[in-house]
Amino acid sequence: MQNLLSIITFLPLAAAAVLAVTSRGASPAADRNAKWVALSATTITFLVSLLLLARFDPANPGMQFVEDRDWIMGLHYKLGVDGISVLFVMLTTFLMPLTIASAWHVESRVKEYMIAFLVLEALMIGVFVALDLVLFYLFFEAGLIPMFLIIGIWGGKDRIYATFKFFLYTFLGSVLMLVAMISMFMMAGTTDIVKLMAFDFPHADLPFLGYWSLTGGVQSLLFLAFFASFAVKMPMWPVHTWLPDAHVQAPTAGSVVLAAVLLKMGGYGFLRFSLPMFPVGTETMTTFVFILSAVAIVYTSLVALAQEDMKKLIAYSSVAHMGYVTMGIFAANQQGVDGAIFQMLSHGFISGALFLSVGVIYDRMHTREIAAYGGLVNRMPAYAMIFMFFTMANVGLPGTSGFVGEFLTLMGIFQVNTWVALFATSGVILSAAYALWLYRRVVFGELVKESLKTISDMTTREKAILAPLVVMTLLLGIYPSLVTDMIGPSVANLVQTYHADLGTVAQATAGN
Amino acid sequence: MATIILLAPLLGALIGGFGWRLITEKGALVVTTGLLFLSCALSWYVFLTLPAGTQHIHLLDWIRSGSLDTSWGIRLDRMTAIMLIVVTTVSALVHLYSWGYMAHDDNWTHHEAYKARFFAYLSFFTFAMLMLVTADNLVQMFFGWEGVGVASYLLIGFYFKKPSANAAAIKAFVVNRVGDFGFALGIFGLYYLTDSIDMDVVFAAAPKLAQTQLHFLSWDFNAANLLAVLLFIGAMGKSAQLFLHTWLPDAMEGPTPVSALIHAATMVTAGVFLVCRMSPLFEYAPEAKMMVVYVGAVTAFFAATVGLVQNDIKRVIAYSTCSQLGYMFVAAGSGVYSVAMFHLLTHAFFKAMLFLGAGSVIHAMHHEQDMRNYGALRKKIPFTFAIMLIGTLAITGVGIPFFSIGGVPVGFAGYLSKDAIIESAFASGNGFAFYVLVAAAGMTSFYSWRLIFLTFFGEERGDHHAHEHAHESPLVMLTPLALLAVGSVLAGMVWYNSFVGEKVATFFNLPAEEHAMAEGHAPEGHGTEAAPTAEAAHEAAMAGTMMAMTMAEPAAETEVAKAPQGAIFMAETNHVLHESHSVPDWVKLSPFGAMVTGFFFAWLYYIGDKPLPGRTARALPGLYRFLLNKWYFDELYDLLFVNPAKSLGRKLWKGGDGAVIDGAINGLALGWIPFFTRVAGRIQSGYLFHYAFAMVLGIVALMFWVVRTGGMN
Repeated sequence: MQNLLSIITFLPLAAAAVLAVTSRGASPAADRNAKWVALSATTITFLVSLLLLARFDPANPGMQFVEDRDWIMGLHYKLGVDGISVLFVMLTTFLMPLTIASAWHVESRVKEYMIAFLVLEALMIGVFVALDLVLFYLFFEAGLIPMFLIIGIWGGKDRIYATFKFFLYTFLGSVLMLVAMISMFMMAGTTDIVKLMAFDFPHADLPFLGYWSLTGGVQSLLFLAFFASFAVKMPMWPVHTWLPDAHVQAPTAGSVVLAAVLLKMGGYGFLRFSLPMFPVGTETMTTFVFILSAVAIVYTSLVALAQEDMKKLIAYSSVAHMGYVTMGIFAANQQGVDGAIFQMLSHGFISGALFLSVGVIYDRMHTREIAAYGGLVNRMPAYAMIFMFFTMANVGLPGTSGFVGEFLTLMGIFQVNTWVALFATSGVILSAAYALWLYRRVVFGELVKESLKTISDMTTREKAILAPLVVMTLLLGIYPSLVTDMIGPSVANLVQTYHADLGTVAQATAGN
Repeated sequence: MATIILLAPLLGALIGGFGWRLITEKGALVVTTGLLFLSCALSWYVFLTLPAGTQHIHLLDWIRSGSLDTSWGIRLDRMTAIMLIVVTTVSALVHLYSWGYMAHDDNWTHHEAYKARFFAYLSFFTFAMLMLVTADNLVQMFFGWEGVGVASYLLIGFYFKKPSANAAAIKAFVVNRVGDFGFALGIFGLYYLTDSIDMDVVFAAAPKLAQTQLHFLSWDFNAANLLAVLLFIGAMGKSAQLFLHTWLPDAMEGPTPVSALIHAATMVTAGVFLVCRMSPLFEYAPEAKMMVVYVGAVTAFFAATVGLVQNDIKRVIAYSTCSQLGYMFVAAGSGVYSVAMFHLLTHAFFKAMLFLGAGSVIHAMHHEQDMRNYGALRKKIPFTFAIMLIGTLAITGVGIPFFSIGGVPVGFAGYLSKDAIIESAFASGNGFAFYVLVAAAGMTSFYSWRLIFLTFFGEERGDHHAHEHAHESPLVMLTPLALLAVGSVLAGMVWYNSFVGEKVATFFNLPAEEHAMAEGHAPEGHGTEAAPTAEAAHEAAMAGTMMAMTMAEPAAETEVAKAPQGAIFMAETNHVLHESHSVPDWVKLSPFGAMVTGFFFAWLYYIGDKPLPGRTARALPGLYRFLLNKWYFDELYDLLFVNPAKSLGRKLWKGGDGAVIDGAINGLALGWIPFFTRVAGRIQSGYLFHYAFAMVLGIVALMFWVVRTGGMN
């Protein structure tokens, strides 16, 4: 299996192509076929990716399963995974069958819907396995299109505004990244990510308007250009406002993918590009990122308290959780980065499950208004239990995966900056408040609303979709070594290289 | 065996919670209760046969990241053993009691199944609590800490149809999280400085921490003091100490067995347990200890004052719990950890009994909880009356002054443990704590007897119908009460020597020097210097095994980095326990005097001169309302935290996100948006796909071009 990564990446794309070519018309039979093709393709992709997991050598901190071929115009088609990226691939392949299954009841343009998701899966996996700048950029940007369409075509009633906001924000950020990529190529003469990591970008202070000087020089500029793109993707405060709107308008399956995988590209980008390639730039901007993260955690948690729409509340909670991620990454120590990756994976399961949970009652009542619910436990005990579980996981209860990520990132940040640690830790109080308050308003209380009197509990299909997420959340909460052992060596390598680079820089400066 | 004790309740919770449809509700009851009694029996066996030394049982790895290495495991020593019997005994009895108490519940219609859920929650709570007390590292303790928080949340909100229960549940969880916030920071700090969160490593590093400055926020602190204070903030939350106490009275929304188990006997004592468990750290943190004493003393006093005027029978007992926890903290802060644990143990028996007794009264009175609607119940429910009387004698500390048999004072459990705390407070030289505790003891006596007089004496008040149908509880409820009554009478006398008297050193497995001190031999000629070499050798051997068992890294740092032996640790300069035995007679007599005074006034107010309470309230209306409204803490917190947080959230959302951020960015894009909305009209036709795809293709093409030309340069 020399080209395992290519197979995993392009399997969904091939299925999409098959669907596009063979399936005609919109008969119920064609719709059903489309769904089954999509479900089978994503399931097979997941099974194949298990092979990747099985053959992955955790002790090796370098790139594995590397494929490197000449491509057009002197560019390279280069793929590979290391401890940092392999689990994101797994997260994607694991979630996609569940996502497809959750979209089972879609009625309009079913074939196109399935194609959009299959293409999206291929592109998302591509982002995590690409080891060439151009390839990465291609996947990174093209991934916007299917998401754009999913929200724009199958979304809620304000979908147009939301899609454009989503597109505009993420796209404008990417333009700067593109410019940075081009200048990187000019300096280093290669687009190979592994070589770029080893390349020493200039970091001498640049004069600025003749009076000030820019610390970190070119590295800081490059950092900022990438930052513009990743910060929007994350999303970090204050460029987060596209996310709540996009989530609210997106169909359930779209929200799941958006929250569970698309947001992780920002964090992955920081780990793949910012820290290894621009250590000086990163260090220059660390405090800035810390402040944004701490603000994100406190600010968005407070905003979440005031929400009246379930999806918006969970979206804001996502922003707060991503605050822990950026904080952990820029703490740049083992616990911080381990925790950040863990938090991203865990958030993938938990936020995905929360959006699915909202989807369950949205499908029944066609409203996301919190005030429209109340007392669901009386008629939906199974739902109440599962929603409680994920609410607690979201709050970061020990024993669930939500705790480990939060705890490790906080532990990492404490060693670097106690002020940030203090504010970020206060987030655990606020998260408990907004999550439990949401739960209380939706699930607890007497069931008095006439419209809810006949609501039915979860179906077997819905339970089957959520069950794997329950298992993963618990498993990673009780035995997180499954993840940390996998990512540990690569993270250690990243952290050591980062500090070694900074060390040599400091010495060089001292030598001058 | 400890593993079985730990996992049996979890198994019960899982079977009861998820499998009750298969085994019926009755089956769930039998399974959960049976497994709990198994746990309880094994706990007593472990407690009675506990060998000297600390055992470490590794179950499973947990969080590993760099040098951080935590595992699920069990630390079995005297502290653990004490908590094991407290938790499993009370829990088993509460399970049994609930068979009767929860048999019929007006909050549910008859076809709603609620019992299996209730028992599953109880068992889950027990599991989490056991995880807390058996933890060998601070993160596992944190797991238990939050786990009991969740169980408490679920059980307080058990009547999920009642808005007040839901509100109370959230309040309990969130206020506890405030404490957890401190606890978590304490853990991070400990890891930062000691590179481990294993207890033994932390304990061993404590002396060094005392000489370390930690730069926290923008200031430098003494590391030991700062970290101890942070941990103590966690303890304050869980043990409902002043400022973080507001959740406990509201927690009475839960069913009464829950109040007995969680909010009296076990969970709320976790804070005390934490301080005692971390005694090797606290011994090096004098300022933190001071803070513990003051917070404990003020809480004991504050809660007692509020307890004086409450009318809800459960709230009276809740404030009493809050106050008694303050006593325990005073003991812990004074450095007499064994005495704190002693009061924890006896309090668990008599307070659980008082709550269950109150539950029996409530059960008899058809869920009426207002004492103003009770009266003259002693004839209707004589057994419950006897139980409540024993509980009151125990909590008020009735005993025979200056009379002891074989060195053990004679009296009810509370007499021995509470008086030991008050004497220790005096011996520690903290006059404030001493006087405050004596005053609180007087008030304890007043409100406890007030409860008895209002409930069981006088004339029938309130709903005539309820009084007519008042009936004694079934045997399944009375048996646990009887067993707890035995504990309330005897626990103090049986274990006095082990916790306070001459056997402390052997009981807690303390090393030889402290041994001598605790037994009171130290002043006589300082025999330790010429101690037999055998003893020293024995100690060294013990230390050696300790090292081998506990130290993760090779013992290169020799003596310095050794965790102190024993389940608790008292520094060489800490003589409080010894000195508490030789306090003046008037000190020994003062809590007794306060108790008698409290009884007298309670009698005067509620039996002797019945209009007197009303007259007093009218004479001091401000004070009365101040106490009745619990010093206005809830109102203050709503004003300071809750409402600002809500309105700030709204402002940030509408103003920050809406006006500022979106306003600015949309404003910039004002030229773009109309263009896009025009395009958007065609979205259904699929044109947009072309637009978007063309856009990306264009950019990629541009990039190729630049890359090519750039490459040539």
